[in-house]
Amino acid sequence: MSLQQLSERLREHFTAGIVQAVEWRGDLAITVTRDTLHEVAQFLRDDPAMDFDYIVHVSSVDWPDDEERFEVVYEFYSIKKRHRIRLKTRVPESDCIVDSLTDLWKGADFMEREVYDMMGIRFRRHPDLRRILMPDDYTEGYPLRKDFPVRGKGWRDTFEFLDETR
Amino acid sequence: MGLIQLGRHDKDGAPDVVTTTIEKAVNWARKGSLWPMTFGLACCAIEMIAAVSSRYDMDRYGAGVFRASPRQSDLMIVAGTVCRRMAPVIRKIYDQMPEPKYVIAMGSCATSGNIYDSYSVVQGVDRFVPVDIYVPGCPPTPEALFDGILKLQERIMQKRVFVKQPEQVKAGLKA
Repeated sequence: MSLQQLSERLREHFTAGIVQAVEWRGDLAITVTRDTLHEVAQFLRDDPAMDFDYIVHVSSVDWPDDEERFEVVYEFYSIKKRHRIRLKTRVPESDCIVDSLTDLWKGADFMEREVYDMMGIRFRRHPDLRRILMPDDYTEGYPLRKDFPVRGKGWRDTFEFLDETR
Repeated sequence: MGLIQLGRHDKDGAPDVVTTTIEKAVNWARKGSLWPMTFGLACCAIEMIAAVSSRYDMDRYGAGVFRASPRQSDLMIVAGTVCRRMAPVIRKIYDQMPEPKYVIAMGSCATSGNIYDSYSVVQGVDRFVPVDIYVPGCPPTPEALFDGILKLQERIMQKRVFVKQPEQVKAGLKA
């Protein structure tokens, strides 16, 4: 199935939910509204023509000047059909929560945790939404946000363990 | 190296008498059996591994016996970028090593953080463990690491064994 056909088939099923569909240099990127994300993802997995059985990546982008500041990006691949698709959705800073896709692909678990850890976007119905790269007691915020200082807020120079070992 | 002096036998002139100090003998033994901790953090570790291989043969300096436990090691080669989350682990390994112990900061990252001036990277291991030798390079070649090891051995030979170390040396970081 070509990217053009993928795009058309998605548009047939979700007329309202799809904000934008861009095909650029052999990649198809579909932007959907936050409320339809889970539904579209389920369709991508279960529809026999789509058959996306593998979640490649979950990442996020910070657009500090936009009204809907954060963008969550999912990438899927079909091992059987050998096609891939990118699914995007936008969330505002005041309410940055997205439906988790862990019920559809188990592989989304750690990648969504990473997005939560680095960007502070929460995932509804995620089974274990904890920080994954930074320590659990890290309190300085979300390091990949654009307004986070590159050198951090002092954590890298604080060695609280030095006192108890001496 | 001024470690031992050979005396000659009166009758046939063959080597007969060896004189040295116990301090020199102890230091000589210590420098000749620097067992490093098996411990690598990033790409520098690859050069460290190469240094042990047959081509470079770190065993020539007595420093090729990489131990899997800090309790059997004398030398910790911090090879690679030190992330802040790794810092307590490195400190624990250092604390578990028996005295006398030495630390080589291998590469720019372990020395100063290198280009990684970021929220998660410690700007040099010397912020939480005392470092004896800094080896520059990104990554240093095995030859550069050997230079560091030889410099450390020179330094070990100058240590006093049976004399109390000055207080500021013992206090280390907190001084």
